Amino acid sequence: MTIPVHPETDRRIDDLLARFPQKGSALLPALYLIQEERGWVSEESMEYVAGKIGLSPAFVSGVVSFYTMFHRRPVGRHHIQICRTLPCALRGADSLMAHARSRLGIRDGETRADGRYSLVSVECLGACDRAPFLQINDREHGPVDPAGLDDILRRLE
Amino acid sequence: MAFEPLLTRNVGRPGSEAIDAYLASGGYQGLKRVLREFTPEKFVEEVKSSGLRGRGGAGFSTGMKWGFLPKGREKPRYLCVNADESEPGTFKDRLLIEKDPHLVLEGIIASAYAIECNLAFFYIRGEFHQGHRIFQKAVAEAHARGYLGRNILGSGFGLDIIMYRGAGAYICGEETALLESLEGKRGYPRIKPPFPALVGLYGCPTIINNVETLANVTLIAERGAAWYAAIGRPPKNTGPKLFCLSGHVKRPGVYEAPLGVPFLELLNEQAGGMAHPSRPLKAAVPGGSSMKILPASKCDVLLDFDSLAAAGTSLGSAGGIVMDTGTCIVGALLNLARFYAHESCGQCTPCREGTGWLVQILVRLERGDGRMEDVGLLADIAGRIEGNTVCPFGEAIAWPVDSYVKEFREEFEEHARRKACPLRAAAGR
Ligand SMILES: Cc1cc2nc3c(=O)[nH]c(=O)nc-3n(C[C@H](O)[C@H](O)[C@H](O)COP(=O)(O)O)c2cc1C
Ligand code: SF4
Ligand code: FES
Repeated sequence: MTIPVHPETDRRIDDLLARFPQKGSALLPALYLIQEERGWVSEESMEYVAGKIGLSPAFVSGVVSFYTMFHRRPVGRHHIQICRTLPCALRGADSLMAHARSRLGIRDGETRADGRYSLVSVECLGACDRAPFLQINDREHGPVDPAGLDDILRRLE
Repeated sequence: MAFEPLLTRNVGRPGSEAIDAYLASGGYQGLKRVLREFTPEKFVEEVKSSGLRGRGGAGFSTGMKWGFLPKGREKPRYLCVNADESEPGTFKDRLLIEKDPHLVLEGIIASAYAIECNLAFFYIRGEFHQGHRIFQKAVAEAHARGYLGRNILGSGFGLDIIMYRGAGAYICGEETALLESLEGKRGYPRIKPPFPALVGLYGCPTIINNVETLANVTLIAERGAAWYAAIGRPPKNTGPKLFCLSGHVKRPGVYEAPLGVPFLELLNEQAGGMAHPSRPLKAAVPGGSSMKILPASKCDVLLDFDSLAAAGTSLGSAGGIVMDTGTCIVGALLNLARFYAHESCGQCTPCREGTGWLVQILVRLERGDGRMEDVGLLADIAGRIEGNTVCPFGEAIAWPVDSYVKEFREEFEEHARRKACPLRAAAGR
């Protein structure tokens, strides 16, 4: 059988299986490895990881859909996550989101057709002292006002 | 008030996260003392007598919790560090993880020694990429220097730590949901009892402690329970505490003070007061979004477990959210209701459905389509969720709804009467 991941990822998943007292614990970190390689988690890779750990594909799919950080379809190269929860909302998260939407030409939850950007509002990121706060992939930014967002986007381009 | 920083003593020094900086400032001396001078049982007693209460939200005695572990050793014991920090308004554990990871790590090792555990898990929320990198490095440094591994500092005690990343689910901060998530499953809270001390991770005896709780254990290891128990408001509210302030405050941030510091002192003296001088304080939630709100008239309170309980709210995660007179309370509650509707794990009908109904009603009030009965309906739904769910998430939504409506009933009714948000109308928006 051909595997839907790089042999190195496959090897790292084997390491995970040996690390935990019970194999099931390897699922979340294995999904992260797959997502790191591919950018998202496909049906095919869910079946693959289910087979590696000895779980049913339906179980794996149930886990993937429970957690917001696993992507079941490709997201933009720059995945922009704007916090919307109360402490950020009190400091202008709404207008930041409105600005991002019009600047990128996509709505909340969408990926741009050219695959460069996706935009999503998320719940409290545990950085309310830097409100309004956002993350682009694994980078943190805050406080960010609309002009600040323009600067950040310009640097990405 | 002058107070020697204890939990934040290294924060702000460049390179504070590196082990050499930590050692240079006297780090790991507490662990040495514990390994040399205490048996595990004795150190559990020491932590009990320090009065330390958990900093994750419930405020339960740490030493007592450790004491609930079964005596027998047929099964391994686990320590799970709760670094999920997802309660809106809370960002104190992040500070410790990123700026002084060894202060936390030293407490983890001393705690694992006390509960005789040889494998600990560090469950960190998936969004803390930076914190994960820093803590992982700290763990590697500690291994290299003999503070982790098979035979720590020649004591015969061994400990390994496995880092585990959450993946975006608020509920995984609830201790039994965290265990499910660590087992590679959906984060569905378990029915208690049995409590994790008896049946926890992989069915084995397990202790779950918050990051800040474990940093406090380091202080007790260093300077002893008697010294610790004199800080704060003894006998029941001892030790230093990290308080978060966010929202309409001039300098949002994490502030350290002894338990029992007056809220207004923290707000006005440490955090510089309100963000806009022309808009005074309207209300504050001292304990994180799941706790009850205090209108400004009731904000003259001391920040500790028992004072806040007496004031009708809770210290919770100490995630203080400050709102000025420009804030629409209905809009604020709608924001939170959306949060809880999004984060409900969906296992219990009252929580899953109730949070959705709350959002619908609040949307209509905010938009100007609300009816007078809606105000009573909000409290009614909250009352039906509270006490009828598997986990305390039910209370986490019922308490804010109940208290926002009770303290600001007039404002909710005005939305229904005027068929508009009075604040928005006043601002011409
Ligand atoms: C819905 C919910 C979310 C929680 N989130 C967290 C959290 O993010 N971090 C945390 O330390 N405790 C959280 N808790 C509390 C934990 O269940 C548990 O009480 C705590 O980790 C125990 O540690 P402590 O005794 O050291 O405070 C949460 C509880 C509930 C009900
Ligand atoms: S109360 Fe809500 S979050 Fe807790 S178990 Fe029930 S549905 Fe899940
Ligand atoms: S509310 Fe935005 S980071 Fe907490």
